[in-house]
Order: sequence, then C-alpha cells, then structure tokens
Amino acid sequence: MSAADLVTSAPGRRPSGHSLTTRIVIYGLLLLFAFVYLVPLAVMVLTSLKPLDEVTGGNMFALPRHLTLEPWLRAWGEARIGVSDTRGISGYFFNSVKMVVPAVLISTLLGALNGYVLTKWSFPGHKLVFGMMLFACFIPFQSVIIPMAVILGALGRFGMTLADFTGWSFGLGNATVNLVIVHVIYGLGFTTLFFRNYYAAFPTELIKAAMIDGASFFQIFRRILLPNSTPIFIVTVIYQFTNIWNDFLFGSTFAAGDTAPMTVALNNLVNTSTGVVEYNTNMAAAIIAAAPTLLVYVIAGRYFVRGLMAGAIKG
Amino acid sequence: MTATTEREAATGMTRQQLGPSLRGWLQDWLPRLVLAPSFLLVLVFVYGFNLWTVFLSFTNSRAFPTTNLIGFTNYVRLWNWTFETDPPSNWYTALVNMGLFGGLYIFFCLFLGLLLAILLDQKIRGEGILRPIYLYPLALSFIVTGTAWKLFLDPRIGLENALHDWGWISFHFDWVVDPKMMIYCVAIAGIWQSSGFVMAMFLAGLRGVDGEILKAAQIDGASAYQTYRRIVIPIIRPVFFSALIVLAHMAIKSYDLVLSVTGKNPGGAAELPSTFMYSYTFTRNQMAVGSASAVIMLMTIAAIMVPYIYSETREKSR
Repeated sequence: MSAADLVTSAPGRRPSGHSLTTRIVIYGLLLLFAFVYLVPLAVMVLTSLKPLDEVTGGNMFALPRHLTLEPWLRAWGEARIGVSDTRGISGYFFNSVKMVVPAVLISTLLGALNGYVLTKWSFPGHKLVFGMMLFACFIPFQSVIIPMAVILGALGRFGMTLADFTGWSFGLGNATVNLVIVHVIYGLGFTTLFFRNYYAAFPTELIKAAMIDGASFFQIFRRILLPNSTPIFIVTVIYQFTNIWNDFLFGSTFAAGDTAPMTVALNNLVNTSTGVVEYNTNMAAAIIAAAPTLLVYVIAGRYFVRGLMAGAIKG
Repeated sequence: MTATTEREAATGMTRQQLGPSLRGWLQDWLPRLVLAPSFLLVLVFVYGFNLWTVFLSFTNSRAFPTTNLIGFTNYVRLWNWTFETDPPSNWYTALVNMGLFGGLYIFFCLFLGLLLAILLDQKIRGEGILRPIYLYPLALSFIVTGTAWKLFLDPRIGLENALHDWGWISFHFDWVVDPKMMIYCVAIAGIWQSSGFVMAMFLAGLRGVDGEILKAAQIDGASAYQTYRRIVIPIIRPVFFSALIVLAHMAIKSYDLVLSVTGKNPGGAAELPSTFMYSYTFTRNQMAVGSASAVIMLMTIAAIMVPYIYSETREKSR
C-alpha cells in the first residue's frame, strides 16, 4: 500500500473518545478551513459572471444582480492580450494543448522504457544512472535557462537554413516544438522515477520466465509490463499534464507573442496596463486556464494525489 | 542480488542459443541503448547546462554569452550587494524576501498541514468531501492562484471593500498594493496553494501509525494532546523531514506566484532570487550576474536535495 492509498483509504480506526464539545470544535475548524480554501474560487466564479460596474462598484461576495456570460465570451474571443494582435485566449489555449499532448506522451513513454530497463535489465552502475537522472527533477530551471535559450536559438537558425534548402524547417525554431523538447527533457526525471518505483515491485519471475521462453526485450515490455501498467500510466500522465499545462517560466522564456501558452497569455491579459482593468474578463480567463487541470483533478483526484506523493517522497 | 545473477544467467542462456551473432550482441546491449538517449539528454541538458551556467558566471557576458573569463568578479558583486542595505540593493531585497517568504511559507504549510491532518484523522464524517477541498488548489497554476488572490486582496474591490460594505469601516488591508508588504501576500497565496499537499503527506503518515499503540496510550490514561505530542508526532517525524525538504525546494523555485500576485513585481519590491536572476539576465543585460545568482540557487537546492536523495535511495536498498 503506497502512501497515497493511506490518504485515500477509508478513515481510520482512531480511538474516538471525544466529547460533544470537542467534536463541535473539530467540525467547526474543518468547515472553517474548507470555507477559506473555497472562497477564492467562489469569488473568481462570481466575479466572472458580473458586469464590470458590479465588480468595481459592489461587494465581491455578492451574487450577480445581472447574471452575464459576456466576460467569458470576451475572455475567450475578444480580450486584448498584451500587445498581440490576436484577440482572446482561445488561440493560446490551443497553443497549450498542442504543446501538452506530445510532451506528455513522449516523456511518459520514455519514462516507462527507462523504468523497465532500470529495474528488469539492470546493469552495473544502474543506481548511479538513476540517481543522476533523479536530480533532473529538482534543479531550479534558472540554472539551465540561458544555455537552453542559446541552443534553441541555434536550432532555430539551423531550421531556417534547412528551410532554405528543403522548403521545410522540420519544426526547428517553432515555439511549440521548442517547448515540447524542453518539457520532455526536464520531465524525464519524474517519469523515470515513477515507472522505476512501480516496476521495481513487479514480479521479476514473470520476466525471467518470458526470457527463458525466448521473448525479446520489447516483447516482454509490450506483452507483460504494458498491460499491467495502467495505474502508473494514469498517475504519470496526470502529473506531467498538470506540470506542463501550469508551467510559466519556460513558456514565458521560449514562446513569445502569439505562440505563448495559456499561462503566459493569462499573465499578459491580467497585467495589461492600457485601459480599464476588466476584472470579470480576467477571472473568466483564469478559470478557463485552470479548467483542464481542475477537471483532471475532479475526475481522477486519487491518481493525482498519488502522483504528487510519489514525486515528493518516492513511496 | 540473487535475482540479478539468476536473471543474468537467463539472458546468458538466450545468448548461447543465438550464438555470438550480431543479434545476440544487440539483445545484450538493447536495454542500455534504450536508456542511453534519455540519459544523454539529462547529461547534456541538466549537467552540461548547469556547468555552462557556472562557466557564464565567471565571464563578463552582458546581453549575449561571451567567453571572457573575469574570475570571481560577479560573485564578489553579489557578495557586496548582500550587505548593501541603504538603499537596499536588489540582491539584498531578494535575500530578505526569500527569508520572509520561505520562512512563512514553510512554517504555515507545516502547521496548517499537520493541524488539518490531525483533525481529519478523528473519524470524521464527510472526510471524502473535505479532503478534496483542501487539495484542489494544487491543481491550479501559480498564475491562476496569483490572479485570484490579487483580486481577492485588492483593497478597492476585494476583501477590504467587501468588509466596508458590510459595515466594518475601520478594516484596513492593502498589503497587495503596498510595496513593503507585498511579499506577505505572496506567502498567503503560496500557503493556500500548498498546505493541502502537506496535509496529504501528514495524513498518510498518521494513517500509517499502528492503532494498537494509540489504544494502549488511551488505556494508560493519556490525553489526546499528550498522545499526539509524545507518541504520534515522534513516530511521523520522517514526514516532517520530507515535507520540509519539498517545501524548501518549492520556496526557492517560486517564480510565477510572485509575478502574478504582485502584478509583475513593480519596482522589484517583491524580488526573490528567481526573479532577480530573470530580470538581470533577460532585461538588464547582465547575464553574467544572472548566471551567478542562478548558480547560488542551484547550490542551495543541491545542498538540500542531494543528501535527501542519497538517504532516500539508501533506505530503499536496505
């Protein structure tokens, strides 16, 4: 039983000798905290459903007097994002989708293969290799961002040369491709960690039997490990999806203007200094930016927590 | 260990059947060839790039990287800025804010996390509803969290305005627009975002404590407070350690939250080492100084994480 299962398992067998007063205090505190955690989200939703004069002239906790979806439509299709000509956040939302899908799939698949090698085909020095890859999870990205900018710049120039000769840049220099590369590389540590720990507990006898029967490296992976890896795939995909969707540092450094991902566009929208601050539109945009990861959390919260815990205490 | 040798024997057998052919060689080396690209990527893009940044920190790079080595000059500048308090240098502000933000963030996340976990562990009805409520902020991006809290704390339309509207006229809370107090708002938003996660870690620890021990303590007449203080908390001490490491590491990396809560960090009032690095490198054209600050961040995180990873992996193999 992993640490996360302990969290999500049925509440415990703690001796409950509490008096009524104690129980009231306990429930009171728990509900108070639940309220505090929910209030910012509630205010966001309320604000996004009000006309601007109700936001600037009214109480933020008040229910909308004139319920409107206008801010949502403005945020999605009309709002001005920074100095860009593209209106609305819809384009940036799809930038994020285009970046997240390949980055998650590639990094997860590589992580699965790495975990498989590190546990079932271990070689002298496999611990050192794993330990070195693990450190990739924890470096501050500030310490790699300058070289990354230099390399991506060089790749972009190379892509332009290629385009001159072949008519196609092979995606080099494209901001989305750049972000996919970056997120795959810096996600490898986590995905490898998740699959290594999962496969370490997988019975080696099965692998050995298959080897004796003459099954190849990839046959064993495809026929024996993959069919038994659904839970860890869900955990890893959710973890990577959340991290990459929510990334801001890489997105703001390597993708400018119209090619920026959702988080960067949201930040630009909120901090636009020209004109009146449209709080309601900003909040609608923020909810749209949060929606995919929140949805994943609502649908698969259990796996979400498991991924977080595995990332933290390698249980 | 025996499993490994047996497995090697098994692969050995496969090889003998195939003979010393190319296919046999491939079969032997395939696993390593599969791992190699990932390992190479990490080697180059993590270790190589870190070394590159270290190299840049010893050059006089400004808008673009150069190879002119100038020794420790950039580190000496950072060192001098560390003590430049009047007017405060950006680096001094970054360090002070790091201490304030990091200290508050770590302390309150641990405190609230433990409190919520203990409360939730009292055979609570509706735990399945409460727990996800404490945890959902984790699914949000820091930019969303920051945007929400910036509005919530804005004195003109947020909390202050709402309480005035309800009749509490003397209430005053404008930290989010006060350069001196901004960093506390960043801490509030950060605590809101991360304390649920610490709660989950502690809850897992509490659920792992043997119920028999607690029953024994209860029979011996220990109060709930005594039981937690003297028995449960000492047992879950490793969780404190893990949570502390994770939080410290997250605090040092914090970047987007500062920008979104403060609205792009006006005048560098809420500067942290992460924002310092970014602005010196990409907007002030002092790439070498930026690199030096990145190296300091890296060293700090390495000093926290390397012993932790080492002890965790060693425990696993024991």
